Amino acid sequence: MSTQEQKATSQLESLARALLIPLLAVFTALVIGALLIIVTDDSVIAAFREGLGAGLSRSWSVIALAYGAFFTGAFGDVYHITETLRITTPYIFAGLAVALGFQGGLFNIGAEGQYFIGGLTTVYVGYSITGLPMIIHLPLALLAGMIGGGVWAGIVGFLKAKTGAHEVINTIMMNYIAIRLAEFLLDVGGPMARPGYRPVSPEIQPSAYLPQFFPSDPTIRFNVGFILALIAAIFIWWLLFKTTLGYEIRTVGQNPNAARYAGINVSKVIIVTMFISGTLAGLAASADILGVIHFMPNAFSAGYGFDAIALALLGNSHPAGVVLASLLFGALRAGATNMQGIAHIPVDITSILQGLIIIFIAAPAIIRAIYRLRGLEEGERLKLTRGWGQ
Amino acid sequence: MDDKATAKTRRALGMGITYLVFALLTWVLFVPGTTSEQLTTFTFNVTAGNLPPIPDLTFHTLTGIYLMVALAALAGVWQLTKGFKNVYLILGLVSVFFVLAFLAWAARDKSMNLTGMIGATLLSSIPITLAALSGVMCERSGVVNIGIEGMMLSGAFMSALIGSVTHSTWWGLIAAVLAGGLTAALLAVMAIKYQVDQIVAGTAINILTTGLTSYFSSRYLQTNGALNNPPTFDRISLPLLGKIPIVGPSLFNNTLVVYTAIVLVFLIYWLLFYTRWGLRTRAVGEHPRAADTLGINVFRMRYINVILGGMVAGLGGAYLVLSSVARFDELMTAGKGFIGLAAMIFGNWNPIGAFGASLIFGFADSLQTKLAILRVPIPSQFLLMAPYLVTMIVLAGVVGQSRPPAADGQPYEKE
Repeated sequence: MSTQEQKATSQLESLARALLIPLLAVFTALVIGALLIIVTDDSVIAAFREGLGAGLSRSWSVIALAYGAFFTGAFGDVYHITETLRITTPYIFAGLAVALGFQGGLFNIGAEGQYFIGGLTTVYVGYSITGLPMIIHLPLALLAGMIGGGVWAGIVGFLKAKTGAHEVINTIMMNYIAIRLAEFLLDVGGPMARPGYRPVSPEIQPSAYLPQFFPSDPTIRFNVGFILALIAAIFIWWLLFKTTLGYEIRTVGQNPNAARYAGINVSKVIIVTMFISGTLAGLAASADILGVIHFMPNAFSAGYGFDAIALALLGNSHPAGVVLASLLFGALRAGATNMQGIAHIPVDITSILQGLIIIFIAAPAIIRAIYRLRGLEEGERLKLTRGWGQ
Repeated sequence: MDDKATAKTRRALGMGITYLVFALLTWVLFVPGTTSEQLTTFTFNVTAGNLPPIPDLTFHTLTGIYLMVALAALAGVWQLTKGFKNVYLILGLVSVFFVLAFLAWAARDKSMNLTGMIGATLLSSIPITLAALSGVMCERSGVVNIGIEGMMLSGAFMSALIGSVTHSTWWGLIAAVLAGGLTAALLAVMAIKYQVDQIVAGTAINILTTGLTSYFSSRYLQTNGALNNPPTFDRISLPLLGKIPIVGPSLFNNTLVVYTAIVLVFLIYWLLFYTRWGLRTRAVGEHPRAADTLGINVFRMRYINVILGGMVAGLGGAYLVLSSVARFDELMTAGKGFIGLAAMIFGNWNPIGAFGASLIFGFADSLQTKLAILRVPIPSQFLLMAPYLVTMIVLAGVVGQSRPPAADGQPYEKE
C-alpha cells in the first residue's frame, strides 16, 4: 500500500472507531428500551402465562408496534421528517453551546437559563419593534437572543475567571434566577405579558418570523432556523479548529496551567468561551420563538439544559458530532411522541434512552465488555469537567 | 505570613462594611414606605397543642425598623473598631435583623403569625437539608454528586409505590432509602470503577431517573390510583419540648422523618469530625494517595460514603411523599437536589453549615406563601431569587471563600 492509501485507511479506521461506540450505545439503549416496554406491558405478561411461544410472539408484536410507530414518527412521511428536523434545530444550538464549553474545559449546565433569557430578549425585540422590514428586524431579533443568552452565561464566565467560583453551581443558580425572572415578566399583568389572562408574551411581528420552507402548509413547521443551526455548527467548527481563539479555547480546556505558561490570557478565554456558549443557547430559544411558536409562554422550559449535555457528550464535543447527535435526539423525540399516540408508550421513554446512551458513551468500558470488543483502545478523550475547586 | 495577615484584616474590614450595608439597606428599603402611625402585630399562637395563649406583640412599625437599623449599624461599627470573634455568627444575626425589619414592614397595618413561619421554614428546609447532607457525605470522600436530584426522585417514587402497596409508612421509608442507595451505587460504580467524569455520571443519573420514574408513574401510578395512595407518618409531639412557648409546637410537633433529618445533621457532623471513620473519609477526600499509603482502602471508603449519601437523599424523597403530600408526582423534587447542592457549598461542606444554609433557603420558600397572603407589593419572584443570588455571592468569596475537599471530583487510580 502506498502511504497515501495507508493514510486513507487509517482515517477510515479512526472514523469507524469514533462511530462504533456511539452506535453500539444507541443500539444497546434501544434494546433495553424494548425490554422495558415488554415487561411493563400487561398483555405480554398475560401471554407469557399461556406459554413461552405466545409470550414471545406477543412481545414481538408489541415491540414491532411500538418501534414501528417510533420510526414512522421520526421518518414516516414529509410531515414527520420535517418535524424531526424542526425539533433537531434547537438541539443543535443547545448541543453546540455545551460542546463549546467542554472544549474550553467549562461545564455549562445552564443552557436552560440562557435559553430562557435568550427567549425573553428575542421575543421582546420581536414584538416591541414595529414597522421594520424583515431584513433588519429578523437579524435584530436573532442578535437579541444571542446577546441575552451570551450575557447570562458570560456573567458565570466572569465570576469563574475573576473569583474561581465554579461554573456548575453558578449556572444552576442562574437557571433558577432566569426562570423566576421570566415568571415575573410574563406573569398575568407582568411587564412583558400580553393583556388578558394568559401568562404569555404578545405575538411577535411577522417581520421577525423565520421564513418557513413550506409556507403553503401551516402544519409543517420546518423553517430556516435549521439552516442557521447548520451554519452555526460550521462556524463553531471553524472557530475551534481554524482560528487562534479556538486554539486558545482548546488549550485552556486541556490544561489551563500550561495555557497560562504559554502566554494565553486564561481569564479572557474563559469569559469569551462562556459568552459564545450562551449566545448559542440563546439562539436555541430564538429558533423556537421566531421559527415556531411566535410568542413566549411562561412555562417555556423544554429540558434543553440536560438534553444539551447529552448531545455534547454523544457528539464527543465536536460540532459535526453534535449535529448528528441532535438529529438522533430529534428523531427520538419525534418518534416517541408518535409512539405515545399509537402504542400508548409514555413519551418519558426518551429520557430513559438518553440517560442510558450517556452512561454507555461516558463509560465505554461497559460497551466493550458487553460486545467483547478488544483492541479498541481508548482514543484521546476530552477532559470534560473538573472538580469544584480548580 | 504578611499576606495572611492582610487577608485577615481585609476580611474583617469587608465584614464590617457588609454589616453597615445591611443597616443601610434596611433603612432605604423599609423606612420610606412606612408612616409613623402604622402598627405591626406579630402573633404567636397556633392551634396545635394545649398551650396557654401568648399575648400578641403590637408595635409601631417604624420604631421596630429603626431598632433593627440601629442594631445592624452598631454591629458594623463595633466590627470596624473593635472586631468580633465570630464574624459569621454576627453576620447571621445581622441577617436576622434585616429579616425582622422586613417582616415588620411587610405586616404593617396587619398581623403575622411568627410561630407558623418558624414551622413552615423548618418543613421547607428538611428536603434541602437531606439533599445537602447527601452531598456532604459523597464529596467529603471525594466524589462529586450532581445526581442527588435523581436519588431523591427515585426515593420519592419508591416510597409512594411501596407505601401504597403495603399500606405501611415504614416499608415505604425503607424502600425509599434503598432506592436512593441503589441509584447512588450506580453513581459509585461509574465514578469509582469506570472513572467516568463524575459530573457527567451524575447528570446521566438525573436524566435516567427522571425518565424511569415518569415512565412508571404514567404507566402504573396514574392509571391505578391505589398504587399512588401511600399513608403518611403521624406527627409526634415530643414531651416537654413540645410545650416550650412559641417554638415548641412548630419545632417539636413533627413527623419522625423531620426528627430523623435533624438528628442526621448532628450525627453526620459527629461521625465526620470525631470518629475514625470520619477521619478516613476526609483523608480519602483530601489526599487519597496518602490515605492509601496508610492502608486505608480508598475505593471501599468511597463506595460506602456514596451509597450512604444516596440513602440520605432517598430519605429526602420519602419526606416529600410520606411526610408531606402523600402522593408521587412526576418531577416532584423540583430542583431541591440542586438547591441542596448549593446549600452544601454555602455551608462549606459541613453538615451543620449545610443545615443553616438549608434553613435560609427554606425560609425564603415559606416567605413566598406568606407574602402572597399579605399582598406585599414586591413580586415574590424577586424574593425567591434571593437565596440563589446569595449562594453566588458566597461562592464568589465576597463573604468568605468556601473550600471543597481537595480531591473532590477526581477519580483515584491505584499505582
